[in-house]
Amino acid sequence: MSLLRIENLRIALNGDPQAEVVKGLDLAIEPGQTMCLVGESGSGKSLTALATMGLLPNVLQVTDGSIRIKDEELLRASRSRMRSLRATAMSMIFQEPMTALNPVARVGQQIEEVLEFHSDFSAAQRKSRAMDMMEAVHLPDVEKMYRSFPHQLSGGQRQRIMIAMALVMRPQLLIADEPTTALDVTTQAQILKLIQELREEQGTAVLFITHDMGVVSEIADDVTVLKLGEVMETQPVESLLRHPKTDYSRDLLASVPSQVPRPARDPSSDQIVLETRDLCKTYGGGGLLKRGREVKAAQDVSISLIKGRTLGIVGESGSGKSTVARCIMRLIDPSSGEIVVGGTDIATLSQRALKPERRKIQIVFQDPMRSLNPRIEIGQSIIEGPLNFGGSREAAMKRARELLELVGLPASAVNRFPHQFSGGQRQRIAIARALAMDPDVLVADEAVSALDVSVQAQVLDLLSELQERLGLGILFITHDLGVAAQICDDVLVMQHGRVVEYGPAGEVLGNPKQDYTKALIKAAPGRHWDFANFRPFAEAAE
Amino acid sequence: MLLYILQRILAAVPVIGFVALFVFLLLRLTPGDPAAIIAGDTATPAQLEAIRDSLGLNEPLLIQFFTWIGQLLQGDFGTSILSRKPVIDLIADRMEPTISLALTTITLSVLIAVPLGVIAAWKQGTLIDRFVMLLSVLGFSVPVFVIGYLMISTFSLGLGWFPVQGFKPISDGIGPFLHRITLPTLTLTLLYIALIARITRTSMLEILGDDYIRTARAKGLPERTVLMRHALRNCSVPIITVIGIGFALIISGVVVTESVFNLPGLGRLTVDAVLSRDYPVIQAVILLASLIYVAINLLIDIAYVLLDPRIRYS
Repeated sequence: MSLLRIENLRIALNGDPQAEVVKGLDLAIEPGQTMCLVGESGSGKSLTALATMGLLPNVLQVTDGSIRIKDEELLRASRSRMRSLRATAMSMIFQEPMTALNPVARVGQQIEEVLEFHSDFSAAQRKSRAMDMMEAVHLPDVEKMYRSFPHQLSGGQRQRIMIAMALVMRPQLLIADEPTTALDVTTQAQILKLIQELREEQGTAVLFITHDMGVVSEIADDVTVLKLGEVMETQPVESLLRHPKTDYSRDLLASVPSQVPRPARDPSSDQIVLETRDLCKTYGGGGLLKRGREVKAAQDVSISLIKGRTLGIVGESGSGKSTVARCIMRLIDPSSGEIVVGGTDIATLSQRALKPERRKIQIVFQDPMRSLNPRIEIGQSIIEGPLNFGGSREAAMKRARELLELVGLPASAVNRFPHQFSGGQRQRIAIARALAMDPDVLVADEAVSALDVSVQAQVLDLLSELQERLGLGILFITHDLGVAAQICDDVLVMQHGRVVEYGPAGEVLGNPKQDYTKALIKAAPGRHWDFANFRPFAEAAE
Repeated sequence: MLLYILQRILAAVPVIGFVALFVFLLLRLTPGDPAAIIAGDTATPAQLEAIRDSLGLNEPLLIQFFTWIGQLLQGDFGTSILSRKPVIDLIADRMEPTISLALTTITLSVLIAVPLGVIAAWKQGTLIDRFVMLLSVLGFSVPVFVIGYLMISTFSLGLGWFPVQGFKPISDGIGPFLHRITLPTLTLTLLYIALIARITRTSMLEILGDDYIRTARAKGLPERTVLMRHALRNCSVPIITVIGIGFALIISGVVVTESVFNLPGLGRLTVDAVLSRDYPVIQAVILLASLIYVAINLLIDIAYVLLDPRIRYS
């Protein structure tokens, strides 16, 4: 008997069969098994999980099918029955540990609360059980941690609290919805290990939802691939990675950026388009009565970017990589150092003197959903910059149409609004907007991080193509070593605001000298698999 | 924390000083002469001049201002031009009705409005929600004096349950006190119910979409616990803000309600003082109001720290 069996599950918007988002999904999980549910956005993987927990938002309704846990039909269970099954038979952890905990309650009490409603324990028993569970997820200094508020903990610690909360009643099924997506790679590796460990200890089955094939290769027993609410295939992990049965799975795997750096390119030019010398950014330190705490967000960062080349800055959150990008754009003012763009030091220019220099350097941000003004037609967004520098509206609009075609969108799209485009399309628009200024340097700040892998691969291809055609120098900020390996000529690794290692991509990522770089590479999930060639790297070497 | 409170109190000194200067100048610049009102219609110019002299109104403005500030610093609020009583006594007499009315109104409003707001947000889009929203539109748009006279005509003149006007201090017994303060409280409370219910509903709606509410439900908690323990506490900051400002508003000026129900409160004192250009009284009342605002804002800020551990003062 399967632990969880989902049959012909159908979920529709407002119960309208025309607006189905999950279309007849079948899934079975055996006790103790780890099943990965993979798919891109809109595949229905999270909705399937929420439907199982009975937590679908009101606008979505299950229209057909069955979800059974140990042969009990959940879709016909009463509200109070569902409540008592949650946390005892099945638990769920979520993607954003930063927001998933109540900010005004102590974390220990949030764990205890589960016991308050699902057990007959006395207050003292509850507390000791909660503390035991916090030990089990390897939180340090449990006594102190118990009384902490969520904002006092790091992202990884918060996710450990979530896991402790989910497993404190020893449910047989843990549903994990992208639990490591928002975490840094080193933290991600620790959390994955923890989930594996608790699974073995408690015999919990795990339904693990992810978009990351690297993570899948590390933890899955079996994998179900979803696309637009339909199951493409279900296979044991190894056979899926080696022999995907459907074209969709094959494409998905082929899009995964490989951790192995691409072959080095010969520089076609030696013209330096962007250079920084000893760039520093310090926050705080001011204060009227006493000196505030100083935070050195970036220290002595010196880079140089050559025309037509890509320089990657990689690092975890808090490493200072975005601070550097923002200083270079003069979105924030550097504390000291030089920023030389096309021969001019712009680090200390006044806003007025800076204006003509801004043409030369443009930026594309991470989240395409928020970086375009939702109330302005995209054509207007694109021509705003050029109009600011003078020039006729007609000429600018003509150029906007050309640019849209250049980034692979129809020229007629100029009159549409951002919400009429997908995430990948919006990122293309953002690139067109940056290119409208004819810059020498394009700064891409995590520009593909919010995109699905297949879309990510397309946008990366587009950037390479544009670079070749226009001779752009690209400064590419990313936390993803695979992406960096695929697009960068040179790589700079940052940690705590300092440069750890800087050199050609092949050297830094292929043969790292520093311990931190080695640790980063080691933590990246799926580094043993050559997804695009459907085999482990070890076999390729033979 | 103590240091912070001290800093805040010190920071309030220039604010109050500025208010004092502003009030003083504003009054001197408005037309109207207190001497003329005291002297009556038949006074001769010489008599007027004598009265002005005795009140110190013929001194240069700067001298008048610093004389007043000097007295204030010694705790002397001056004497009323009209009644010749010390201003401080006048205000003290009028405080009790106003503070009583503020306390009963805010207490009743919170008790009714917060649950209404929570339920409206929880049942968003249902009949209950629409009823609450309708009530709040009514509360905002119907003028207080209309509600006041409706209350009087229904409950006093019609049903005879409550007296038409007047006030009894709480020292006369809780029964007579409540008997007289009920109608003014009901009259004023509708506006504050509207305000607080609306803020509660809006903040709850926002909070109910947050991730930790989903977490609380995923833990299998009953809906009541999700709403009260997890959601409501997280919207307490905006709700407390509105309650505090509401309280300050009532204390510093419920002129209409006090007039309708003939309550001898601060609002009435202010109106009478303004009509007779009783400068010392007006100045003192406005200064008091600004003090109350500063104090309540400080209390609100302290409440933030207690309610939300993420807010810390250094």
